[in-house]
Amino acid sequence: MSHEAVLHSHDSHGHDDHAHHETFLSKYVFSMDHKMIAKQFLITGMVWAVLGGLMSVLFRLQLGYPDASFPWLESILGKWAKGGQITPEAYYALVTTHGTVLVFFVLTAGLSGTFANFLIPLQIGARDMASPFMNMLSYWFFLTASIVMLCSLFVETGPFSGGWVAYPPLSALHDASPGSKSGMDLWIISMALFVVSSLLGGLNYIATILNMRTKGMSMTRLPLTIWALFFTAVLGVLSFPVLLSGFILLIFDRNFGTSFYLSDIFVNGVGALSNEGGSAILYQHLFWFLGHPEVYIILLPAMGMVSEIMSVNSRKPIFGYMAMLGSLFAIAVLAFLVWAHHMFVTGLNPFLGSVFVLLTLLIAVPSAIKVFNWLTTLWRGNIRFTPGMLFAIGFVSLFISGGLTGIWLGNAALDIHLHDTYFVIAHFHIVMGVASMFGMFAGVYHWFPKMYGRYLNNSLGYIHFWVTLAGAYMIFWPMHYEGLAGMPRRYFDFSIWESFKQFAELNRFISTVAMIVFATQILFLINFFYSIFKGRKVTDLNPWKSNTLEWTTPINPGHGNWPGEIPEVHRWPYDYGKDGVDFIPQDVPVGANESSH
Amino acid sequence: MSNVTTASTKEAKWWNGGKSPFDVEYGKVMMWYFLMSDAFTFGAFLIAYGTVRFSTNGWPNPNEVFKSYPFAGEGTNAPLVFVSIMTFILIISSVTMVLAVHAGKMMDKKGVVRNMIFTIIGGIAFLSCQAWEWNHLHHEGAWWGMNPFINADGTASTTNFTNFFFTITGFHGFHVFSGVVINIIMLIMTLLNKFEQRGHYLMIEKAGLYWHFVDLVWVFVFTCFYLL
Repeated sequence: MSHEAVLHSHDSHGHDDHAHHETFLSKYVFSMDHKMIAKQFLITGMVWAVLGGLMSVLFRLQLGYPDASFPWLESILGKWAKGGQITPEAYYALVTTHGTVLVFFVLTAGLSGTFANFLIPLQIGARDMASPFMNMLSYWFFLTASIVMLCSLFVETGPFSGGWVAYPPLSALHDASPGSKSGMDLWIISMALFVVSSLLGGLNYIATILNMRTKGMSMTRLPLTIWALFFTAVLGVLSFPVLLSGFILLIFDRNFGTSFYLSDIFVNGVGALSNEGGSAILYQHLFWFLGHPEVYIILLPAMGMVSEIMSVNSRKPIFGYMAMLGSLFAIAVLAFLVWAHHMFVTGLNPFLGSVFVLLTLLIAVPSAIKVFNWLTTLWRGNIRFTPGMLFAIGFVSLFISGGLTGIWLGNAALDIHLHDTYFVIAHFHIVMGVASMFGMFAGVYHWFPKMYGRYLNNSLGYIHFWVTLAGAYMIFWPMHYEGLAGMPRRYFDFSIWESFKQFAELNRFISTVAMIVFATQILFLINFFYSIFKGRKVTDLNPWKSNTLEWTTPINPGHGNWPGEIPEVHRWPYDYGKDGVDFIPQDVPVGANESSH
Repeated sequence: MSNVTTASTKEAKWWNGGKSPFDVEYGKVMMWYFLMSDAFTFGAFLIAYGTVRFSTNGWPNPNEVFKSYPFAGEGTNAPLVFVSIMTFILIISSVTMVLAVHAGKMMDKKGVVRNMIFTIIGGIAFLSCQAWEWNHLHHEGAWWGMNPFINADGTASTTNFTNFFFTITGFHGFHVFSGVVINIIMLIMTLLNKFEQRGHYLMIEKAGLYWHFVDLVWVFVFTCFYLL
């Protein structure tokens, strides 16, 4: 479709006066409206978050109570929990699926799929995405990937169980473990579909941000959310294809007798392989070339939304807009240059390792710039502690706590001790997992009124925030000590080692808190679904007194977002408290006596 | 929004946000980013190939492997002649694509149709050549996981020579095939006057970008497998 045709079709959608026939299917299922697609991503992501969270509760149950038996487990897991105890195979499958689902389906598709789709057209002043059709395809590829992944949970030999990174030979040999059979085939098909979804989405986000901005919305007037989503999309478009290449080679190794990743190694239970010449390390390089940018694909959207929410709720301009933008760019560039810090113990050349140490530690610079800018945005602000704002502040707290341990782990010498221990688990769960989840919650609480025209319940929001924040620290902080003591990750049962017996109580504590936190998330779900239908109605066009364009649309914007003309932009989005005025939205022309920011 | 003009006018305003970072229409932005993405796919393949090749002790001599051509008898020794013809065909098809894009800019429908047909024929000819070459190698006993060729220094070779050859040339061939399909669709749309009605042949230009990219990738694949 030509650009012109798109614009005209947008126009025709934009005017409410001519009735435009919408069936249930075209409105809710095969929707091409970016706002509906965003909601589809959000709900699918939430379903996966519940499933992935439930999996973590199940394997925490095993870690906390290794000797106990829970008959109800057998009724839900069947042969995977014979006698009420999770089997080792099931444990590994749960850990693997938890990781895959949370990283890719929740924090990638659920986070940027939701907010890129929802916010980009609304905040840049566009009627829809550049290609609404590709946008719909992006969701449908994601849903197909989800369904395939879901199916893999139910195959006879179980889902893939070799860890979310899917290292060969566990992933390349059918006989390496039960999960390496058809479970792995489905896993890899699902991931390939996911890569297609992310490519279609990413191209659309980039083209929309570059080409569809409204009049006056120059690049440096974009809200930081949009900049963050832009860099996220670029990272995704450039790193996922490398993973796809890696997976294609893996498929050949699995099914067509090649030796890309396999050499004449001896595998327990399989014997010496007939392969020769391949390298399992090659897979790790290809995987982590995606895997590390993936961390920032998860983090950057959260950073962008937190910047926006913090500025709005501190009633102050974001501190250092250009520095924020520059640090986003620096993080996006460095993201591609640090992947081998995941591979310090693979026999990497120590000199090469030291180069990766340097580049890794450099990320601390833009990260620190962002943190200080958030803190200085809060500084002497007129802070409104809405649940969204609390989650944004929680994000910063978690990002600092988890980021600092990143400096330990980024150091090749220290990493030899800490590698593959609970220290790593604690680090990445805090800095990337929980922090981005907080960014996502912040976004949902903040933009829920725009999404559904109703408010979420604040009291439930506060309970949700405090329990989740305290719980997150109580779960992951002690894991640092376990990791320092050498407790390795991905082990099924620690009770048989004398040296780890001391952690039995601590593990039980962590598991108990994990269950409480999981239960609290159900509170959020109730709040979410109840508020969609019964929440307090939004009566104010601009409930947060925000400057960005999404609040100039009607309370329940139709397809096309603005009933009339798209507003023209005259200023950056952070004119809070300027010249004694509380806030000046972006579409307000610059006054004659107004000072420049 | 009503004052949007068409692409064919030079002063066309694609974008009304002040200053456009790239003066192009959104589909072209998408195509460029897609090509960058795809370049990373091929880059990953070729780097994987390089990694494995240079950590292996020996590698077959391409002059020994690729020395036949269709209808030649057993024992023909014409190293790289056939693949040079293939490469020539593909590069010529890029030239005809350029001519098609140029004709599109001139709003010359006949020129577009003629050159698109040449480009499609070039693509199909390349694919046919590749099919013959694969078939020929297969008859010699080469396939994924099977390598009948010995290293240049006479030692036994690993299967990774054929593994990478078939995977990467196959992946490239799949791209050429997709390009031919896209070009056929473009040809049909041209014949149906779709672009005449729109007033511009931008779609031909975008298909052209993809086609040139596929040719460019072949230059690298050709260098890696046949020359080095």
